Amino acid sequence: MTRIVVIGAGPAGLAAAASAAQAGADVVIVDEGERVGGQFWRHHPAFTDPRLQHQLGRFAQLEAALAQVRVLSSASVWRVEAGTPLRVHALIGPVDAAQRQGETLEADAVVLATGAHDRVLPVPGWTLPGVTSAGAVQALAKRDGIALGTRTVVAGAGPFLLPVAQSVAILGGEVAEVVEAASVSTLLGGWGRRPWELTAAAGKAGELGSYLSTLLKHRTPYRLGSAVTRIHGTSGVEAVTVQRIDRDWRPIAGTERTVECDAVALGHGFTPRLEAAIQFGCEITSDRFVRVDGQQLTSVPGVHAAGEITGIGGADAALAEGAIAGLAAAGVPEADLRYRAPLSARRRMRAFAERLKTHSIRPGWTAWLDDDTIVCRCESTTRATIVEYAEASTRGMRLATRAGLGPCQGRTCGRSVEDIIGAPTGIDRRPVLSSVRIGELAAHRSPAAPHPIDGS
Amino acid sequence: MRVTISFDGQTLDGQDGQSIGGILLANGQRTWRTAAGAERGIFCGIGICQDCVVTVNGTEGVRACQRTACEGDVVEREARA
Repeated sequence: MTRIVVIGAGPAGLAAAASAAQAGADVVIVDEGERVGGQFWRHHPAFTDPRLQHQLGRFAQLEAALAQVRVLSSASVWRVEAGTPLRVHALIGPVDAAQRQGETLEADAVVLATGAHDRVLPVPGWTLPGVTSAGAVQALAKRDGIALGTRTVVAGAGPFLLPVAQSVAILGGEVAEVVEAASVSTLLGGWGRRPWELTAAAGKAGELGSYLSTLLKHRTPYRLGSAVTRIHGTSGVEAVTVQRIDRDWRPIAGTERTVECDAVALGHGFTPRLEAAIQFGCEITSDRFVRVDGQQLTSVPGVHAAGEITGIGGADAALAEGAIAGLAAAGVPEADLRYRAPLSARRRMRAFAERLKTHSIRPGWTAWLDDDTIVCRCESTTRATIVEYAEASTRGMRLATRAGLGPCQGRTCGRSVEDIIGAPTGIDRRPVLSSVRIGELAAHRSPAAPHPIDGS
Repeated sequence: MRVTISFDGQTLDGQDGQSIGGILLANGQRTWRTAAGAERGIFCGIGICQDCVVTVNGTEGVRACQRTACEGDVVEREARA
């Protein structure tokens, strides 16, 4: 029986686990959350407002399919090894507890479905209390049933800002404005060209329509071609500057407006969580996603990838890719009819994914930074310090400025630092994949542990 | 079902299943950490940024946004230079 480990229990991972189990494989799904669902279906049975959730019918189907799957929740994967068998090392227990239980899983095939997190561009004032990622608003609304402020500005780029605004409204908060970087002409160029391709993604269009009608109902302004370029306040957020930006996201002088608010939700796009794929040795594309073939197989034998790490495409694309990856990992031959439905769904959703590029970050954003704007939140490293060492080697710059060397290991600032210095820094390569305590590493080295950390 | 945790010598009340960060926010605490002299609290909300870490029952560096509160948890502020 083929042993499969699926890493990540969001839409892609759940679909992979379900299709692999239905094909007769022996499946373990590993996820750091207490409940499966990932960010898209993040929930708590007692206090998630059902209006915050989408496609719950599909979620219920996938959960039911987990009856045949071993579900390892509250499990952080901290190391993976290529080879025969493939190995996945996890620590299981309460988040960041001191003595979590180590477990090493061996597999004939792995499906990586590690997803993505918000990319938030630094803005002067973004470390003030009350400023969060757009994803934080969603997570707190869904998981904890709470809103962060009474009057929120939602700003950044892409259609994901709309469900965030809707969540604020559902929890009774006011959305002062939604601020979108893409301009009207960019949007029409991106989304208006060949609109029939999007009608194929009808479910998605319906979802977008519901968000827009929420904005209309609350008379929330939706500002296009604009950005929050400064956040004001002393002990917390009091207001933001909203400013027009050009095609390259450079702020246009003289267009500044002040908008009062006590919370700001920022999301300028997404960063795929590539570290497990990189540690396996998977080939990464020039635009920094995991390269996969038609069967979602990576360049490493036995290792498949699905969802946002193969390209930002949303939950529907992730579900389709996950189902294909699960079948392929279970050894179902390419001509099998079970591929037909997910293959056609994946084709439809690629049009949507292509349109998302309309909202891609443009390099002019760095012009809204001040010299003393903190870029690396962990180490409080400013733009000026990073620029001062921009000519040094990547390693020299990081050691001198500490940017990207703090507890988050550059997950928050890494790509922004690259934009500022204009060169890649290799920030996605991380020897330890998740937060691990020294004591837990030491325990792993002990003779009782089956596979020491050095791989010997 | 309710849970109570202690923070800064106060007793805070939350719902069973909420995260420590969720209970702090629901009780009007916006920040619980200092970084280079500035106040920090929740930023990414999904366990990536490490901005919201607190000390829980003597263990440092626990992400408040991810850790489910347990009855009687003793939560303390952290500071980073």
